[in-house]
Amino acid sequence: MGLTEHGTVETENEVYNISKFDYNVDYWTHHHNPRTVLNNPAGEITMKFGITGPHYAVGAACAAGNAALIQGSQMLRLGEVDLALCGGLSECVGSFGIFASFRAQGALAEHEEPTKASRPLDQDRNGIVISEGGCIFTLERLDKALARGAKIYGEVAGYAMNSDARDFVLPYGPRQAECIRLALERAGLTPEDISIINTHATGTRQGDVEECKALAEVFAGCSAVRSNNTKSIIGHAMGAAGVLELAANLSAFEDNFVHPTINLDNPDPACALPGLVSGKAEKVEQVETILNNSFGMVGINSVVIIKRFMAD
Amino acid sequence: MTRDEIKDIILEIIEDIDEDADFDDLDADQPLRDQLDLDSMDFLDIVMELRKRYKLQIPEEDYPELATLTSCVNYLEPKLKDV
Repeated sequence: MGLTEHGTVETENEVYNISKFDYNVDYWTHHHNPRTVLNNPAGEITMKFGITGPHYAVGAACAAGNAALIQGSQMLRLGEVDLALCGGLSECVGSFGIFASFRAQGALAEHEEPTKASRPLDQDRNGIVISEGGCIFTLERLDKALARGAKIYGEVAGYAMNSDARDFVLPYGPRQAECIRLALERAGLTPEDISIINTHATGTRQGDVEECKALAEVFAGCSAVRSNNTKSIIGHAMGAAGVLELAANLSAFEDNFVHPTINLDNPDPACALPGLVSGKAEKVEQVETILNNSFGMVGINSVVIIKRFMAD
Repeated sequence: MTRDEIKDIILEIIEDIDEDADFDDLDADQPLRDQLDLDSMDFLDIVMELRKRYKLQIPEEDYPELATLTSCVNYLEPKLKDV
């Protein structure tokens, strides 16, 4: 399970609780440790479904969803598991500290109309809209999936992660570009082979611009590629963002519709992306590949590339 | 607090912990944990709730006294008589 953070909500609530008992620790809950250990969400899934294989969390800030997919893929390739449930979740909306910290950083969006607040790539953006969510994919090797007659939504073709090694919160386009190129190389693909780029852009000025610079450089001259941004529609689900945004695009393999970026009323010229789909969905001839970007605080970058599955 | 009131409080606390708890066939003289879907953490919730509500400090060596509904009432009756 990919997590941006875990335990913040429980800890804040519990500190508030004992403040009502004059900070007497006799009133601190016995649930605190089992609920705040990092493996809690993954472990609860194993208890619920009686899954006896390994479970744990991958912490990678807002790249955590992709990081979990990558971890699951690696375990399958090593033959350590037959099937992996991987994804991400976020309960950040329950924590005042997370909102307050983004606000203190000048990165929390606001707008008179809540549906207009999340506007990545738009000149009038003013930060992130935090959302709650979760998404889990079933990953397995092709032979096993075929043997059980599974519906195959896509094939993990390549992935990469790297670190900016520079700044706690400011993203860095050149390192993101390296990550994208590495994922393409591992997938045996060139930029021209990508059908949809799902951007990470969150609605912060520097974050959006750095990613768009990276994409403009890697995908220069690619006329067929389309790009979009899911956060404009659902907000930023933190640890779940990467997987939710991938889920939002996977259906394009079936209907060839690229979902739009909304709220782009006044596009930022510094964020001019190749083939940016704005306002309404665009139908293309054939979606073959999706490149999914997710970047996180403390300089963690992740790229996952999914291919349309074609049975032999 | 009367014995019936104490019994109702215990059941109310258990219901807060597990809203699906079914008391219809509950045998008051059999262990609660065997009859209801309570785990070790849920049992500690009962202890915590009694502490919060009535400032009752139940020492760990007395936990076996809370095993059944009847033993709970027996144990709590003198402690809650002035509540």
